[in-house]
Amino acid sequence: MPLLAGGELKKNSTSEATAGYREGVRAIAPICVTAVVFGVSFGILAEAAGLGWLAPIVMSATTFGGSAQFAAVSILDNAGGVVAAATAAVLLNARYIPLGVSVAPAWREGSAWRRLVQAQLIVDESWAISARGGGRFDVPVLIGAGVALYLCWVGGTALGALAGDILGDPATLGLDAAFPALFLALLAPQLRERRALAAALAGGLIALALLPVASPGIPIIAASAACLIGLRGSASSGRYAGRAPSL
Amino acid sequence: MSDVWIVVCVVGLATVAFKGVGPVLLGGRRLPAQLGGVVELLAPALLAALVVTQTLGAGRELVADARLAGLGVAAAAIALRAPLLLVVVLAAAATALARTL
Repeated sequence: MPLLAGGELKKNSTSEATAGYREGVRAIAPICVTAVVFGVSFGILAEAAGLGWLAPIVMSATTFGGSAQFAAVSILDNAGGVVAAATAAVLLNARYIPLGVSVAPAWREGSAWRRLVQAQLIVDESWAISARGGGRFDVPVLIGAGVALYLCWVGGTALGALAGDILGDPATLGLDAAFPALFLALLAPQLRERRALAAALAGGLIALALLPVASPGIPIIAASAACLIGLRGSASSGRYAGRAPSL
Repeated sequence: MSDVWIVVCVVGLATVAFKGVGPVLLGGRRLPAQLGGVVELLAPALLAALVVTQTLGAGRELVADARLAGLGVAAAAIALRAPLLLVVVLAAAATALARTL
């Protein structure tokens, strides 16, 4: 991977930006295949869950965050209700606040509106691929990778949502097990860190305990409280020391 | 407006705001470390809760059915570093197979 010297990062002329876009597209290409397939499966599952064909496409175009979209659809599919579906998805995407903030120091070009539009290209993969170490990020690389992923994701969703009717009953095909399998696959790489493992275990136990007694959807929202484990052991800034933790 | 469209709009608007807040407003400043530490753990906590409820939940009941077989196969596939698509397809196939037994 080419490393830019510190001084070069700041110049950011048009030709350098174009080279960055290209580099981003090249770097993300292998993952694009997965994004298409993933998008197709979202379209199929959302259509099977009764969302119609337009809503899944609009959701992919505006939300552009796989795990939150799958979570919202699976909760709606299990009669979990609007509030639970929206809350779980919004909380899952709350991670884009720190991701966006981490890139912010490198994001100096353009007007606020332009940055708002460009920032929609932040997803886990484009963010990771633009990291240059030491807290620095290459924004053109992120944008190039993000555009490629966006086209694959929205295009895949459209394919799946429009072709989904061809498939039969989702339960016969075992598609209801596709959701938890997918969530486990998204969760697994995050478990290497000890605090994340603790949060996952606590979240899973909270959901298990509440499932028989609470309305569908509530166990998932309650499980978000497990993230308060993050108040312990993180680098202490001291700024919030006097305040009670609140969600 | 139907339930589906309410969810699509709310989640879409919230996500646009979440992604934009750093690049648009902060420009150099960082999130307080403690807050960042908490938000970081939202994803693992929620994903684990989703695995539990989508595998064992049936309305307000805990049930052990064919989905468990699917999740077991998925876990094995993940441990063997299978690609995401294969994990999901194997889980669905194992569940469908378990239902026919």
